[in-house]
Amino acid sequence: MEATIPVLILAIPLFMFVFLGLCGMKMTHKLAGILGTLGMGTVLVLSYYTAFTYFFSGAPEFINAAGERLQYMVFDQTWLQFTDKLAIKLGFFLDPISAMMLVVITTISFMVHLYSLGYMRDHHGVYEHGFQRFYAFLSLFSFSMLGLVVAPNIFQMYIFWELVGASSYLLIGFYYIKPSAVSASKKAFIVTRFADLGFLIGILTLSYYTGTFNFTELTSIPVEGLANVYQVNEGTAQGIRSIFENSAAPVFMGGSVLTWALVLIFMGGMGKSAMMPLHIWLPDAMEGPTPVSALIHAATMVVAGVYLVARLFPLYLMEETSLIIITVVGALTAFYAAMVACTQVDIKRVLAFSTISQIAFMMVSLGVARPEIHHGLGYMASMFHLFTHAMFKALLFLGAGALIHAIGSNDYTAMHGLRKHMPITHITFLIGCLAIAGIIPFSGFFSKDEILSSCMGYDWVAYIWMSLVAGMTAFYMFRLYYLIFWWKEHKVPEGHHAPHDQPWTMSLPLIILAAISCVAGFIPFGNLVTWDGHAYDFMEHFDWSVATVSLIVALLGIGLATVMYRKENSLPEKFRKALPALWTWSYHRFYWDELYMFITHKIIFNSVCRPLAWFDRHIIDGTMDSFATITNKASDAIKPLQSGQIQMYVWYYLIGALALGGITVLCLI
Amino acid sequence: MEITAVFYLVPALIMFCCGVYGFITRKNMIAMLISLELMLNAVDINFVVFNRFLYPEQMEGMFFTLFAIAIAAAETALAIAIIINIFRAAKNIDVRSLNEMKF
Amino acid sequence: MFSNILIYFVVIPLLMLAGVGLCRNVRQIRAVAVVGSTALIALSVVLLLQYLDLRAAGEAAPMLFVDSWTWFAPLHINLAVGVDGISIAMLLLSSIILFTGSFASWTIAQPKEFFLWLILLSTGVFGFFISIDLFTMFMFYEVALIPMYLLIGVWGSGRKNYSAMKLTLMLMGGSAFLMLGLIGIYYHSAPEGQPLTWNILEIASNASIPHGWQQFLFPMTFVGFGVLGAMFPFHTWSPDGHASAPTAVSMLHAGVLMKLGGYGCFRVAIYLMPQAAHELAWIFLILTGISVVYGAFCACVKTDLKYINAYSSVSHCGLVLFAILMLNTTAMTGAIMQMLSHGLMTALFFALIGMIYGRTHTREITEMGGMMQIMPYLSVCYVIAGMASLGLPGLSGFVAEMTIFVGSFKAGMADFLAGAGSLRIVFTIIACCSIVITAVYILRVVGKLLFGPVYNDHHRELTDATWWERLSTAALIVCVAAIGCFPNFFVNLIKTTFSPEIFAVLGM
Repeated sequence: MEATIPVLILAIPLFMFVFLGLCGMKMTHKLAGILGTLGMGTVLVLSYYTAFTYFFSGAPEFINAAGERLQYMVFDQTWLQFTDKLAIKLGFFLDPISAMMLVVITTISFMVHLYSLGYMRDHHGVYEHGFQRFYAFLSLFSFSMLGLVVAPNIFQMYIFWELVGASSYLLIGFYYIKPSAVSASKKAFIVTRFADLGFLIGILTLSYYTGTFNFTELTSIPVEGLANVYQVNEGTAQGIRSIFENSAAPVFMGGSVLTWALVLIFMGGMGKSAMMPLHIWLPDAMEGPTPVSALIHAATMVVAGVYLVARLFPLYLMEETSLIIITVVGALTAFYAAMVACTQVDIKRVLAFSTISQIAFMMVSLGVARPEIHHGLGYMASMFHLFTHAMFKALLFLGAGALIHAIGSNDYTAMHGLRKHMPITHITFLIGCLAIAGIIPFSGFFSKDEILSSCMGYDWVAYIWMSLVAGMTAFYMFRLYYLIFWWKEHKVPEGHHAPHDQPWTMSLPLIILAAISCVAGFIPFGNLVTWDGHAYDFMEHFDWSVATVSLIVALLGIGLATVMYRKENSLPEKFRKALPALWTWSYHRFYWDELYMFITHKIIFNSVCRPLAWFDRHIIDGTMDSFATITNKASDAIKPLQSGQIQMYVWYYLIGALALGGITVLCLI
Repeated sequence: MEITAVFYLVPALIMFCCGVYGFITRKNMIAMLISLELMLNAVDINFVVFNRFLYPEQMEGMFFTLFAIAIAAAETALAIAIIINIFRAAKNIDVRSLNEMKF
Repeated sequence: MFSNILIYFVVIPLLMLAGVGLCRNVRQIRAVAVVGSTALIALSVVLLLQYLDLRAAGEAAPMLFVDSWTWFAPLHINLAVGVDGISIAMLLLSSIILFTGSFASWTIAQPKEFFLWLILLSTGVFGFFISIDLFTMFMFYEVALIPMYLLIGVWGSGRKNYSAMKLTLMLMGGSAFLMLGLIGIYYHSAPEGQPLTWNILEIASNASIPHGWQQFLFPMTFVGFGVLGAMFPFHTWSPDGHASAPTAVSMLHAGVLMKLGGYGCFRVAIYLMPQAAHELAWIFLILTGISVVYGAFCACVKTDLKYINAYSSVSHCGLVLFAILMLNTTAMTGAIMQMLSHGLMTALFFALIGMIYGRTHTREITEMGGMMQIMPYLSVCYVIAGMASLGLPGLSGFVAEMTIFVGSFKAGMADFLAGAGSLRIVFTIIACCSIVITAVYILRVVGKLLFGPVYNDHHRELTDATWWERLSTAALIVCVAAIGCFPNFFVNLIKTTFSPEIFAVLGM
């Protein structure tokens, strides 16, 4: 494959960022927006072309005679040489998951670019302040995210990982005049930065042992026949495996080096993917413009953690402990986020917690994936869910954006009964809800069903737990749906226009995404994305009993929501009264933010930073100053000798002379 | 009784000590100047005496004394001029009050 | 003498001195400063190209353009010059910062005297980087230090007399150690019976400093230079000094002068006394490791912009010394990269702070807010500088920090696995934590100062950057981005210095 198209995929968004960033202010808002959208459109076409070539061209470099999909390095340039062996390279790497991610990212990004043309202006058509900046940042984000997914080595991934973090920071803080947006962006950056510390140390550990950053070399376990698939010579692969199986490798606090490295790397993933306890930034990140939430905080960046684990999946397979940790963290997060989502008032926050919960599904799915369980179904299911979730969650966010745009508030209490006013939004939002709830034939049904199947294959506890969460998902999504579109008739405030559907730039993305959500479930994902490149028909692993159960659970959740929220009634209030503690804790998100506030402000700031600063000023600097003070004091003490009284000087002289004379005499004697 | 050098040196020493005492204790600058002259003259006597008793065939001590007397005259004139100027500026010549040159 | 390109690094500043002396008005002074510093940049670039050509042609000597002119024969004092990749990087850095610093002091009061001292200071800096004779090196070092007193004392702000005195005295105190160390080195510079020398290359190849003496001389020189490199606990001149110094002086001081410390530690302390460096590294590793996190923590609660940045310099310069002490190629390369990167971005920071201060007349972040709405250009630059400082890929900080971390992790793990103690690995991980703390204090300032609503309505009338301010900041940003985007060029330039021949000397 020629390198031109892959280079363009990365270069166009980067160019758009620099161009719009430098010259954006000189052009009109509209021109900047259209240029950005066109640029993204081009990237979309190129990415689709690349992905389709990869998946369907059947070229020998992409798929071998046995039908195994191969990893293919389009280009790989040394960027920074550390040692003879270790170097950061920048490259473009095609394999099933990166090709899939190219499609996901460019699709959502393009939709968001298009949508923002309508969203980022008020009802009179006046563009928001900083519109050009918005498109520049969107381009920067797209560039970083694309660079992240095509990274052939873990350090390139880290580089772009940081860049997506920074672009997320810039976009969350887009309304920089609002203090809440500023603190949200700060929080997002610092929390993920903290996670990245773990990621970095994990990378360093891993690379110290293996002497490489390359995914291909890291992940090529010489399972029978696999070494050929990954085009690595047997020697390297064998070497890396033996490094970790070497009994002399040190054990640190009960974990082997590999476990620690993998867990630390997963910590990076936890930060980006908002796994508990590093999830606190994501709900706050909703301060950003809604299209940004759709793009970054629902569809693409937040799944980077899942993507990272998937990338290193063969390595994780070598260490059972790390997979168990991933499963447990994922399962807890999924449940927690679903709990919280049931009581939130801000519709974007409900969606944010639902995102956390769904990403946790993907994590669990990776955590329970084993080659022997349905041929690694969990891996495929995770990627499948990533794909479908990206589509329907972006749809839901964009729908929420349309609502917020029309109503001017994030609060469902200001909405209610909007179904007649905004039919397009209503239908597309409903499709999104059905998809996420897992109703056949919408896309979420298929991906979630496979996740549950692989949980089932792993352990029944995991299966029941995740099914429960799936039911809760259906409940809170339909709670949201009913509270927005039903509950009671919409009251238009005095002097306001009735809310209405949005311009075509906003509707079109909704319709397209809704369409994708309807049909995406039928994509034969098993043929495209599997953990080892072997294609298989996932219908072989399709478990009708699991599917039926999950469907029933979802319908139960929806049914409960219908009873409680379809028409205005007192059931929710009774429910709240019945379980006040649970409701309060859930409403306050189980006080995680307060806990973090306590740790950062009370402990780190007040008990570490301030005392240190005081110590520096008073002890260290005080010591330095005291040298000066002592010198001064000593000088003051001997100063009176120089009194200006000549006769005193004569006395000193006499005494000195006599003393010297005396000493001389004594010595002579 | 032969007159030895000691007969000259002891008065010179007494004179010198008086000069030192006066220089240290008198607060009037004129008096200090007089004490200074006393010390100078005591030293002059020593010069002459040592010249006479130790190296009678040479004259350096005598000449040096004459030289010192001449210098002392000039120096006194200068000192008195300074003192007069100090008096003009400070309206007194008490050495205790003249401590501008401290520290 | 004038056939050697290096000598012009001293000649041009001297000509500039004469030029400024003859100037009659501020326009002429600006012209001299700009022309002179541009000439210095050009000279550095020419030197860089010639150096790369020679290296490409297979020149393997540790230093190139070596030359020596006798100055005082009885004490073997020569004016000896020579450069390797590190010196060239430093020369380039110094000339860029002098250039941008000239623009940053475009409207300074009493420009003639100011530029005289500033250029004298630069003469010292350039002389230091081209010298390979310990005596002349020390002399230029002192030349670079002294003008600082006047520059801060006369043109400074706040408690300028106190700060100027403190800075000068502490650095002079460091020099006292240093002088002791250098004289000690001189007396052991050659084996018995051979003439003594001050020349670094000869001392290194003689390797005749007895082991016992190294144990004494290494701490002397390392602390001596370490004071200038803001090593804990000798860093306290830095916050006060920087806070009081005028913009261009802060830029030169943090950007270049503090690098003299790191450069000296490497070039003299470690290069000449490798065994002692190896044995005593742990003491200084602890101190510098503390510097890294300590500076960052202190910066988290300060409210004066210059204090924040000064503490951040303590943290970043701590990382330089920390990496040097790891004694491996990667970490040392990272250290030099960090010197370059920190020099540029801290100069950018100080330039911006100076520009903001010049408008608002306050540096307290609690008294400002919403600058992004008032002066967008400066604010965007500040965000970029902040991003560089917290190590965003694509800007210089990331490259330097990652190289350091990879190198020190390697050294630490090697130690750990060999059973040689876990000190290095523990301190490496502690140092890694600084990337988080850095993010905290940078974003705190950015959030408070630039974002949010406008705090003081009087600030709304302030203007954005003038053309000379734009030029100076843009030049620095371009450099920061250049290092961040094409790091391999710089890494290769620096790495040639750590060629096997030199590492044989270091016993590595």
